[in-house]
Amino acid sequence: MQYEAVIGLEVHVQIKTASKVFTRVAAGYGHEPNTLTDPVVLALPGALPVMNKAALDAIIKAGLLLGCEIAPVCKWDRKNYFYPDSPKNYQISQYDLPICRGGSVEIELPGPARNLMGEHKCIPLTRIHLEEDVGKLNHGAADSLVDYNRAGTPLMEIVSEPALHSAEEAYAYLTSLRATMIYGGISDCDMEKGQLRCDANISVRPVGETKLGTKVELKNLNSISFVRDGIAHEIKRQIGVIERGGTIVQETRDFDGMTGTSQSLRSKEEAHDYRYFPDPDLMPVVVDDAWKQRLQAECPELPFAKQRRFLEQYQLPYTLTSVLVWDRALADYFEEAARLSGKPQAVGNWIVNDLLREVGHARIALTASKVRPAQVAELVQLVDAGTVLANAAKEIFVEMFATGEAPGAIADRRGLKAAPTDSGELEGWCRDAIAANPKALAEFKGGKESAINAFKGPVMKAAKGKANPKLVDETLRRLLAAI
Amino acid sequence: MSSAPQLDIDHVARLARLALTPEEKATFAAQLGSVLHHIEQLARVDVSGVEPSAHAFAVNNVWQDDVARPGLPVEAALRNAPAQRDHMVVVPKVVE
Repeated sequence: MQYEAVIGLEVHVQIKTASKVFTRVAAGYGHEPNTLTDPVVLALPGALPVMNKAALDAIIKAGLLLGCEIAPVCKWDRKNYFYPDSPKNYQISQYDLPICRGGSVEIELPGPARNLMGEHKCIPLTRIHLEEDVGKLNHGAADSLVDYNRAGTPLMEIVSEPALHSAEEAYAYLTSLRATMIYGGISDCDMEKGQLRCDANISVRPVGETKLGTKVELKNLNSISFVRDGIAHEIKRQIGVIERGGTIVQETRDFDGMTGTSQSLRSKEEAHDYRYFPDPDLMPVVVDDAWKQRLQAECPELPFAKQRRFLEQYQLPYTLTSVLVWDRALADYFEEAARLSGKPQAVGNWIVNDLLREVGHARIALTASKVRPAQVAELVQLVDAGTVLANAAKEIFVEMFATGEAPGAIADRRGLKAAPTDSGELEGWCRDAIAANPKALAEFKGGKESAINAFKGPVMKAAKGKANPKLVDETLRRLLAAI
Repeated sequence: MSSAPQLDIDHVARLARLALTPEEKATFAAQLGSVLHHIEQLARVDVSGVEPSAHAFAVNNVWQDDVARPGLPVEAALRNAPAQRDHMVVVPKVVE
């Protein structure tokens, strides 16, 4: 029997703010334990929460980027549960009036080949709400240790509809969602730092069945690759259970990315009973059109829109666009170099092949590169004008990356420019080459355009490889036309 | 709605992670029962035509700018902790 998987993802994304969501003590990662707390974080008696305006701006912006409807009025609720990660014994969250509803995440599935665009889909979202992160538990052999630095960090919960059907789709969804959040400046989404976390609800059903199967929640998917591996593993596990005549038990499972296996987290958890009620300490938030419009104006062009524009405006091949558009700084870098040089495709090749290779070897950020867009543009123009030949250009690039010197200056200093052509030497070499090859001459005159190439080899040889190929071509054509 | 409100004191105690003696259960069941009774009285008020609200005051959009202020020194933050180690609060092991 053929089975179909149905997957919904719950993604938690920490918002990048200076202070916490309901109090102004600093938020951050990697600090000494319990150094980012205050009376509100620790729930000391009498402490009262106050909303962080920047966190609201960020989540509204996230909603606008994903095409959500922004609620005109929303409020915050207490989700009551007793667990040491939450000193208040409740988490402030949003229950029935989330700030964002609907919207979707555009994804691209792998294409038939690396150089071909894959199928695009829009995965619908249920909601996005703003809540507070909880403290971090470190489990030891005999006890657990609690660090409240993370508690109170602004956190978005982004809930998808159960509309994903494979591990590949989930991978593409997270890749796109993460890029969107980074583009919008909403979060750095570093999964190693817990800035993006993902839980997956997975069920399978026979193809054609419309009722959903029993779902299993997969937790601890702490890298995008583990999300893909964990989901693929769980789909296989569920189909295996059903084919052996078993039934799927609703449970939470923990996926271990290192071993590629999962195990049930024995759920002592009784049916969730969070007894939500409105938080009386926080006032509702009303979002008007002016506020939305102000944030809309700050919304950047997203990667897929940028890709469509690069394909059309610059006529770039798909492979170049699929590298350039996922990093906003890289895409901006490209556009500046393309504008300065007027040669987008050549600039794209230099950036994707040479610049990214050198940046990778040097283990630095693009912004730290000494090669700026103007230098890439200058190099492309030197090559295009025939002033610098391809091999010399590669050498110049490496030196330019090391020193930040202008490409023209490097070429002059190191004698890497093509030979001067006003000496009359070039014309002599061309005449000699034509005279030495009457067969090619006849073919060219007979209309075989490519026969001209037969003269170029001897000319370049005579010039010891330093002739300007563009001028060689022009000179040969001029002389051939006169014969 | 005149009968005594339903209250499962064992369930409430479990959610609050409290181990109660039978005497305490009886005491708290009676006290919480009075609270529920009071809520039932409120529930009898006719609110048809009244828009639900989360607050008594029509005040919205109370917030601060995102400017970080210093927090508590770690020693002060942990002063109430029954046990601490490595500047963290020690709690019973919560997973197996």
